[in-house]
Amino acid sequence: MNRRLRFLPLLVLIAFVGAVAWRISKPADEKIASKLIGQPVPEFTLPAAVPGKAGLTSRDLVAGQPRMVNVFASWCVPCVAEAPLLGELERQGVAIDAIAIRDKPEDVAAFLARHGDPFGRIGSDLESRVQLALGSSGVPESFIVDGRGIIRYQHMGPIEPGDVPTILREWEAAK
Amino acid sequence: MNSRTTSVRPERSRGALAGVSRLRSTRTVLVLLAYLVAAPALADSGLPPAQWANQQLPDARQEAQAKALMEELRCLVCQGQSIADSDAELAGDMRALVRQRIAAGEKPDQVRAWLVERYGNWVTYRPPVEPVTWPLWAAPVLLLFVGAWLLRKQFRRRRP
Repeated sequence: MNRRLRFLPLLVLIAFVGAVAWRISKPADEKIASKLIGQPVPEFTLPAAVPGKAGLTSRDLVAGQPRMVNVFASWCVPCVAEAPLLGELERQGVAIDAIAIRDKPEDVAAFLARHGDPFGRIGSDLESRVQLALGSSGVPESFIVDGRGIIRYQHMGPIEPGDVPTILREWEAAK
Repeated sequence: MNSRTTSVRPERSRGALAGVSRLRSTRTVLVLLAYLVAAPALADSGLPPAQWANQQLPDARQEAQAKALMEELRCLVCQGQSIADSDAELAGDMRALVRQRIAAGEKPDQVRAWLVERYGNWVTYRPPVEPVTWPLWAAPVLLLFVGAWLLRKQFRRRRP
C-alpha cells in the first residue's frame, strides 16, 4: 500500500504545477458577458448627452428595425480606437445609438467633433445606472437590439477591424 | 566599445568606458525623474462620485443591510475586490445602486437577484447551492475526511 502511494505526493505536486502553468500560459477570459442576451431591453429613459441630439429611451429600441447601442465615454481611451470602425459600420448601414457614461455635454461634443459622430441618439448615463441595467461591465461595449427590443448580441471591449464581419453578420441576423 | 580599442589602448578605453557608464547612470536618473512628473493616463471620468456611492443612508438598519450586501458583491472592473472595497467609479455607482434600492424598500436578496440576473452568479461572493457548486460546498468536508484518513495511524499509536 505505502509502496504504491510513495509517489502520490509527487504526482499531486506535478498535477498542481501543471494546472498553474496551464492557467498562466492561457489566462482565463475575464469578460463578464451580459445575461440579458435574448431578453428584452430593460426600461430606461436617458436625457440628451449633447445639445441638439435626442436622448435615448428603451422605447427607441423597439422601432421595428434593429439598432446598435454603443456604450462609450469621452474619457475612455479604447473608445477613441474604435470610433473609426463605428463610422465604418454606419456607412455599411448599421443604425447606431449611444449611451455616454459619466460624461459632460461639452466633453461628449468635443469627442464627437474630434472622432466622428455616427450616432442617431445619445443618452447621458451619469451614474452608470443604465449600463448596470444592461449588464454591461465597462466601456466601450456595443449591443445589437432587434426590432422587437430583444438584445441579440453584445460586443465587449473596443471593436477591432477583425470584429466588423461578425458584427455585420449579427446585424443581419437581428433584422 | 569594441575589443580592438581595448587591446590597443587599455587605459584610455577604460576611461572612455567609465565615461559611458556615468552617462548611462545619469540618463537612468533622468528617466526615473521623468516618471515622477509624468501624468498618468486618465481612465476615469472627471465627474464626482454618485451621491450614495460614499454617503451612508440615514436609516442605520438600512445602511447596515446595504453595507453587508456591498461586501458580498464583486466589482465588475477590478475583479478581485468587493464593491465595498473598491475605489473604481463603477464600484461607486454600484454602491449607489445598492443604497438607492435598499432605501426604496427592497430586500438585499432582491438587489442581489437583480444583479445576478444581469451578470450571473459571478457578481456575488455568496455562491448559491446548486449542482455546479456542490464540489465547492462539499470540499471542506471531503478534505476533513482525507485528513483523518491520512492521520489514522497517528490516532492508533496514541492508544496504550
